[in-house]
Amino acid sequence: MNVDETDLPGLGRRKDFMTASGRRIGVVELREGQTELIVSTWDDPDTCQASIPLTGDEAATLGNLLGGQHLAMKLSEEHREIPGIVTRQFSIAADSPFQNQPMGKACIRTRCGVSIVAIMREGEVVPSPGPDLVLHTGDLLVAVGTQEGLDAAADILRNG
Amino acid sequence: MDPLALTLIELGAVVFCLGLLARLAGRIGMSPIPLYLVGGLAFGAGGVVKLEGMQEFAHLSGEIGVILLLLMLGLEYTAAELFTGLRRSWQAGVLDLVLNFVPGAALAFLLGWGLVGAMVMGGVTYISSSGIAAKVITDLGRIGNRETPVVLSILVFEDLAMALYLPILTATLSGVSFLGGLTTVGISLAVVTLVLVVALRHGHHVSKAVHSENSEVFLLNLLGAALLVAGVASAMQVSAAVGAFMLGIAISGATAHSATRILEPLRDLFAAIFFVAFGLNTDPSSIPPVLGWALILAVVTAATKMVTGIWAAKRAGIARPGRFRAGAALIARGEFSIVIAGLAVASGVVPDELAAMATAYVLLMAIIGPLAARYVEPAVKAFPWPVRVAPQT
Repeated sequence: MNVDETDLPGLGRRKDFMTASGRRIGVVELREGQTELIVSTWDDPDTCQASIPLTGDEAATLGNLLGGQHLAMKLSEEHREIPGIVTRQFSIAADSPFQNQPMGKACIRTRCGVSIVAIMREGEVVPSPGPDLVLHTGDLLVAVGTQEGLDAAADILRNG
Repeated sequence: MDPLALTLIELGAVVFCLGLLARLAGRIGMSPIPLYLVGGLAFGAGGVVKLEGMQEFAHLSGEIGVILLLLMLGLEYTAAELFTGLRRSWQAGVLDLVLNFVPGAALAFLLGWGLVGAMVMGGVTYISSSGIAAKVITDLGRIGNRETPVVLSILVFEDLAMALYLPILTATLSGVSFLGGLTTVGISLAVVTLVLVVALRHGHHVSKAVHSENSEVFLLNLLGAALLVAGVASAMQVSAAVGAFMLGIAISGATAHSATRILEPLRDLFAAIFFVAFGLNTDPSSIPPVLGWALILAVVTAATKMVTGIWAAKRAGIARPGRFRAGAALIARGEFSIVIAGLAVASGVVPDELAAMATAYVLLMAIIGPLAARYVEPAVKAFPWPVRVAPQT
């Protein structure tokens, strides 16, 4: 993928690329440290339909969502052959009993036969996380298991 | 009344009024500069109220205001950005210079203001207001647009051109001989190049010298350095403002960011007083006679900026609406046109009508510019452009 980087003298830097659907999408990193998400209009790729200011947390969360989607899509593709196996994503909410706790404490694999195959954190993938890995608010867990097992896992992560 | 008390009361009243004007400007979403000028006109020579007590203070504060304006302009760009901007847009920059300098200079000749007047008026019509342009681009959500880098690089080029133009102007205004003028220009060229190279290679040393974690120390360092450099530059006939601009460029990185934050309130105060002081020295009754010419100049130079922007954006491969947006963003003139006119008026070698003309012109352009930028897009979309039909075979 070709990402264009353009200097905006006095303002910051723009990084964007053209999507297959003909929209330009990207971010502007302003001098003062804020990030703006930009999306071009459909009829004029030069102009922006929206430029949305994002805080650091919001940008990281958006990165997780997009990255997690990509990972989940890939995994579903691989598990298509095996009936009954589903991929799902869980995010760790601020009120989750397991935030700032090692993941092993939730005993998800033992209790519902679900494997956490990756964690998306601040836009990066942590593959095959071990039980000692400490969970943080905003983490996106990519889990593989049966439909019932995943429902149970969601309940554990939310309510303990 | 005690002269001190009188000065304080006048100054307080003026600054308070400026606050009200700035709030009004914010409410209607325009730049406060034209309102400051109008405020100055109302108070000064031939205005509604005459202020005698604060003339001296207003004069010195105005000078500091110019130094701070240019220092912050320099802080905005790093030397590397200036070089990339120059490489990317020098053709557009040259076109911009020719198209927009000529109308002002031509009008000055037409009105018999001579070579000096032509130098000044050319500068007034040439330089766009980077402050207004940046505000318009941000307010209209066009930071992510493709034509924005084109507009910004033209502004960068203008600011660099200003670093060469101001010393030439200072030399012309002080009436030095042709040879003396050449020497000054030579010195300033050498200084500008030297500073750019030093800033590119050793900018961090300059930053380190003024930087401090303590904001009080930092502020005093910055202000002291700026005034010192400006004073020395002025003594060398290179123009105080250019000295401050160069210092701003040499300061880079994180230091430049915190310097901008710390100097902003000071700049706002002193620059506002500078605009008022300029208005104070202009007799409002001298404006109506030149208003017709100012209007013609405004229309012509709005068109020439438009052409500049359209040409530059077209070269960057931008579609029609974007080209017009780029042109319109450049139309506004503001702070630096007044800085140039202010230098000329202070030297006393230009006719009084020039100050009136510059005031009227900037008043018009600071209002037309943002309006044009806002409404150019719907106008372009509504215009029935001829549709090019592919030739039948």
